[in-house]
Amino acid sequence: MGETITFWVLAVVSVGAALGMVFNRKAVYSALMLGTVMLCLAVLYAVQEAPFLAAVQIIVYTGAVMMLFLFVLMLVGVDSSDSLVETLRGQRFWAVIAGIGFASLIVLAVGNATFGSQAGLAAATAQGGGYVRSIALLLFTKYVFAFEVTSALLITAALAAMVLAHRERVAKKATQKDLSRARFLSDRPTPLPGPGTYARGNAVDMPALLPDGSVSEESVNPYIARYDVEQDRLPSDPKFAEAIRARAEEESE
Amino acid sequence: MTTQYLILSGLLFAIGAVGVLIRRNAIVVFMCVELMLNACNLAFVTFARQVGNLEGQIIAFFVMVVAAAEVVVGLAIIVTIFRTRRSASVDDANLLKY
Amino acid sequence: MDPVEIIQHTAGGVIGMSWLMIAFPLLGATILLVFNRYTNRWGHLLGVAMSLASFVVAVLAFVQLLGLPEAQRRQAVHLWEFIPGMVDMGLLVDPLSIAFALLITGVGSLIHIYSIGYMAHDPDRRRFFAYLNLFVAAMLLLVLADNYLALFIGWEGVGLASYLLIGFWQFKPSAAVAAKKAFVVNRVGDFGLLVGMFLIWTTFGTLAFAELKPITSENPTTLAIGLLLLLGACGKSAQLPLQSWLLDAMEGPTPVSALIHAATMVTAGVYLVVRSGAFFFPEGSGAALAVAIVGAATLLAGAIIGCAKDDIKKGLAGSTMSQIGYMMLGAGLGPVGYAFAIGHLITHGFFKADMFLGAGSVMHAMNDEVNMRKYGGLRKYMPITFATFFIGYLAIIGFPLLSGYFTKDGIIESAIHAEPVLGWLAVLGAGLTGFYMSRMVFMTFFGEKRWDKEAHPHESPAVMTVPLIVLSIGSIFLGGYLVLSNTLLLWLAPAVGRPAELPGFHPFSVPGLSTLALVAVGAAFAWFKYGRAEVPAVQPRGSFLTTFARRDLYGDALNESLIMRPGQWLTRLAVYFDNRGIDGVVNGLAAGIGGSSGRLRRLQTGFARTYALSILFGAAILTGALLLVGNI
Repeated sequence: MGETITFWVLAVVSVGAALGMVFNRKAVYSALMLGTVMLCLAVLYAVQEAPFLAAVQIIVYTGAVMMLFLFVLMLVGVDSSDSLVETLRGQRFWAVIAGIGFASLIVLAVGNATFGSQAGLAAATAQGGGYVRSIALLLFTKYVFAFEVTSALLITAALAAMVLAHRERVAKKATQKDLSRARFLSDRPTPLPGPGTYARGNAVDMPALLPDGSVSEESVNPYIARYDVEQDRLPSDPKFAEAIRARAEEESE
Repeated sequence: MTTQYLILSGLLFAIGAVGVLIRRNAIVVFMCVELMLNACNLAFVTFARQVGNLEGQIIAFFVMVVAAAEVVVGLAIIVTIFRTRRSASVDDANLLKY
Repeated sequence: MDPVEIIQHTAGGVIGMSWLMIAFPLLGATILLVFNRYTNRWGHLLGVAMSLASFVVAVLAFVQLLGLPEAQRRQAVHLWEFIPGMVDMGLLVDPLSIAFALLITGVGSLIHIYSIGYMAHDPDRRRFFAYLNLFVAAMLLLVLADNYLALFIGWEGVGLASYLLIGFWQFKPSAAVAAKKAFVVNRVGDFGLLVGMFLIWTTFGTLAFAELKPITSENPTTLAIGLLLLLGACGKSAQLPLQSWLLDAMEGPTPVSALIHAATMVTAGVYLVVRSGAFFFPEGSGAALAVAIVGAATLLAGAIIGCAKDDIKKGLAGSTMSQIGYMMLGAGLGPVGYAFAIGHLITHGFFKADMFLGAGSVMHAMNDEVNMRKYGGLRKYMPITFATFFIGYLAIIGFPLLSGYFTKDGIIESAIHAEPVLGWLAVLGAGLTGFYMSRMVFMTFFGEKRWDKEAHPHESPAVMTVPLIVLSIGSIFLGGYLVLSNTLLLWLAPAVGRPAELPGFHPFSVPGLSTLALVAVGAAFAWFKYGRAEVPAVQPRGSFLTTFARRDLYGDALNESLIMRPGQWLTRLAVYFDNRGIDGVVNGLAAGIGGSSGRLRRLQTGFARTYALSILFGAAILTGALLLVGNI
């Protein structure tokens, strides 16, 4: 009875989280949803007499793999959410058809099959002298070769990750002198004007006024400008609003 | 209970597959692949209990190891591609065609 | 009487070394061709030396053969196992082959010497001598071989040498075309010879002369073999219907015309018939009759062609055809004819080579002009050439007591005795010979000068005139020596058999006198038309018959319309069928596959997600299939 309740609760949660992962625009949310599914599965493993796997699931998946996902997401850009427009014609429709078809075939197959009563792992565990001992016995006797090969696989993967992520410096590193020369050769040797200061709002997203009284677009950080436009937090003064909007557009190009 | 577990496994697998097909962000696609692997693991564990044999759990363990290695390399590739193309969309890498 | 048995040569001496005859010129050709321009300075001397060495060996072998009793005069020299269990390579030294070897090496050496002078200014003189040596080697292999296969190798070798020498000045398109034509027409004859050899092998299981048995009566197989061999002989000897190449072959240098296309190679057909005579052309058989008919037809055709040619070399070529026709006629008459045919062959080798070289000497003096209408009155300017040419002329028309008189008269007498119709045709041919040869002599050496302005005729150097003198001496005496008291007939008897009764020499018989009369009429007619009267510098239109003769009896036109045009149509049909039919199917298939592939490849969009979708569909279909059949 306890297992049934656990199963149904976790089944609903995990399917919901899985759907949420697939249909959420923001990658970070998807990652969190995936973490949820994995935790649910860890519990289900524990329920199904696999405590070792439950622990490994939490340590490896929720701990290591999910962290890696989040880390890369941060590296690549958190705010890069997918657009909702599908570019491949018919892809979404046919994907859903295929998915539903596949799922219903599996359900049909499993539903048609008749299973005997569960054998349970008690006998197998008792034979090895305890659950952990039994797992260890299998891993280090029958599957010892595969086990050792996985170590080679992991080392290779670690090396591969280092090689792939390593960036070769093709040009000499720019010195202070180089940077200074480049700055004076550019159109603007001076720093950008700082943002203006107003008591009414956040000082950072307010454009500065130049000595002649005109508004300086360049004084606003373009990301902040875009954020302001998206969140509709433009200042009421049309001069400033116009400058921020122009800056935001500039950025999106 | 076996039937229910297996159906849950199949559903999660199908959801993952649909995710692979409709998402364009390479990282999310990767997550969906992980979901499919996890769904398989659930089936392995369920069958292990059904037939009373620990080997299903061992296989699930190996799947996890391989998945971990795969994630490491895959993410490294994504990072490299992103670095050169400033994009993580799987549709942008479409030059290998007719 | 049949020919005597061929015995295996065991004793030492020159006969055992007779392979040297072939080896010397072959070595010369090899050296000249391999070390090509390094031998430019002395190459011609090497060529002459090799030819002379070969001649010396031939003379020594001849002397040794003379010393043997008649029953041992056919000596086979085994060289090596050629095709194991099938054919052994060996040489047959017997009266027939040694007569040929003497002619080839003797006349060949004289022509080699003459060529030193004739080709003195040609930058490729060394190559010319290499080919000449190659020809001598191949021709000697042809006549010395003791089996048909080795004979065939020599046969093809002389064909090759002939091709190379006709096309020696290959920068002239006409020479290149003539060489090709000679090669192609010869292939037709070779085809006949080859099939004949196949038939001999399947019928008798051997190709060696020593193992074939003389036959007395003919059966269909031997008739077929005989006709096929005759086809081969026709190709090589320019007999009807394969005569067309010989006239064009005159594009080659004149010594080549003298050596290959007058004295030796073109007589290979006669050799083949005589050598095979006992096996496939027994006296009075159908095959022998075919040989005689071909000979008679060709002797008339050649004579008619010779009457109309203004080109001195082509006139001589027509005459060669005609004279070989006489030889074939003789060869078709059995052992009686063989002796006269071979005799005429030898004397013809001398007087025709003499006249060809004389013509070469004239051309040499006249800036390579060959048109006789631009000669005239040359006898005062080139006395030696004129004298030797005139002797050759007298010999060929059968002037009493010169070489040609004896041998040709012998053929005519034997022919009238055996085949009266063919014999009288030969008499008519003799009359024509009298006309066209006289015409040639009168146009060239008598009458008014009709030279071009640049011509400065002069006598040729000694290296050219000495061979002419030697050849003309042969033209005077050889015939009488060979025919009177049947010297040649008795000499050849061990090789070709002896007739039941020896022919006598009847100078005052009806055929002999009528021949002389016709020759005199022909010569007189030529004198009135070309000696006394003025020769027009431009060819007159002439009657239908003249045009007929000028066009080589429409031989080329006949070949063209009967063989070339249908061949071209067949080729066009095949090309059309190939283009439209076979290529259409192939191209259509390729275009179909290409087109459908062009459309199918659009499936390769480059989007990984599209591929993944198809994979998922595949997985779903597989699952469904498993559900249906496996009942999982």
